[in-house]
Amino acid sequence: MNKAKPLTGAGAVAQAMRQINPDVVAAYPITPQTPIVEGFAKFVADGIVKTEMIRVESEHSALSAVVGSAFAGARTMTATSSAGLALMYEILGVASGLRAPIVMPIANRALSSPLNIHCDHSDTMGCRDMGWLQIYAEDAQESYENTLLAMRLAEHPDILTPIMPCMDGFITSHGVENVIIHSDEAVRDFIGEYKFPYNLLDVEHPITVGAIELTDYLFETKRQQVESISKVPDVLPKIACELARITENEFDVVEEYHTDDADAIIVVMSSAAGTTKTVVDKMRKEGKKVGLLKLRMFRPFPYERIAKGLVGAKAVAVLDRAASYGADAPIFTDVKCSLYASSEKPKIQSYVFGIGGRELYDDHIEKVFDDLLAGKVTGKEEYINLRE
Amino acid sequence: MAEKKGWKDIPIGGIIDKPPTSVNNKTGAWRAFRPVWDEEKCINCMMCVALCPDMAIPVKDGKRKETDFDYCKGCGICKAICPVKCIKMEEESKFRK
Repeated sequence: MNKAKPLTGAGAVAQAMRQINPDVVAAYPITPQTPIVEGFAKFVADGIVKTEMIRVESEHSALSAVVGSAFAGARTMTATSSAGLALMYEILGVASGLRAPIVMPIANRALSSPLNIHCDHSDTMGCRDMGWLQIYAEDAQESYENTLLAMRLAEHPDILTPIMPCMDGFITSHGVENVIIHSDEAVRDFIGEYKFPYNLLDVEHPITVGAIELTDYLFETKRQQVESISKVPDVLPKIACELARITENEFDVVEEYHTDDADAIIVVMSSAAGTTKTVVDKMRKEGKKVGLLKLRMFRPFPYERIAKGLVGAKAVAVLDRAASYGADAPIFTDVKCSLYASSEKPKIQSYVFGIGGRELYDDHIEKVFDDLLAGKVTGKEEYINLRE
Repeated sequence: MAEKKGWKDIPIGGIIDKPPTSVNNKTGAWRAFRPVWDEEKCINCMMCVALCPDMAIPVKDGKRKETDFDYCKGCGICKAICPVKCIKMEEESKFRK
């Protein structure tokens, strides 16, 4: 086991990219993603990786170049945030529709307008139906390890689907933590060689990519995408187990933290899970039965695991870092769906928090737990740390 | 048109992995105007053969042959390029009674 070093989340992801050594990276800077690609660009400039780095004029071009390189047989990556992700929107569907296994780390940031550079999940939640896998990291260590896992998962022959390993912008991307970067050799063995099944440069076997499909075939092609993403629960455990041999942290789609006997459970993703753990520890010492169900994979959504994880709870709060205007918040919606088939349904409360980087402190979480334990569930969306 | 396949039997991502699938699509059905070729006046210059975007004008033993109406979309490029005006475009409906 290597010694921990102080690194930002972005720096840790750049280290993952160094170890992956992709054939092509095309990227455009955007706060708070920039230090990921900036850090990686140094490895390219220093000749530490063999990557062809393409500097493009926009995120639309970045993802287009990455899709193109994937069909030249390249292992390929980019990274983005917020408005950059929004500008990629068209190509998000092209990448997943063409089944290019791109890994695109995201530093989550609020979407405009008004302009804001801080963390919320409105960017990735806004493209949750674009056919990409999405995993979320609590801290820098997870951001690093999730990026490694993402490469193998995306490239698995049964999956061949692009993936966004997400971390909270600034909170995780710029916060310095102790991170263990595992041995280059072990990681390279884990990542392995890659061969995309199709290659536009193979003139002996000419193919056409991106041809039109009308009423006659598009439905069938989309059905294949549904099928492939549904294979993730079958494929993931083996890859996670292989990675855990290096990291000693086994990735699972959810992390159950004191949920077994909990009366009140909070469901949340990303860095807020760390804050929630601190509060769970404190309240457990006071004899209060509270727990955290940390969601680590959002697409595909682990319905059954969520339902199982919430069995026995009297009240559940789902904390979303994005609103869905005119509908329930995204994670709340899916968690509620997970419980439809459960015989004992807990009371469930939706909270929206952290929009535009609004602070979430221990006492906010404690208040949520106290309300749940007191059976206070309003049945409508509530807001944490919002001025009325 | 070739028989349509189910989602389990087609390549992923809409990729066409076995060319040329264009042969399966008989695009001649799109035609609104038909090129009518006068073999007597034709000088076999091959301009129409070279410019036909659907490769729908066959050549045999150095001679232009009748247009392949399975694939001719009736664009009229052959008529436009013909130096001896041996091709005229006529409404397709006249031939489909």
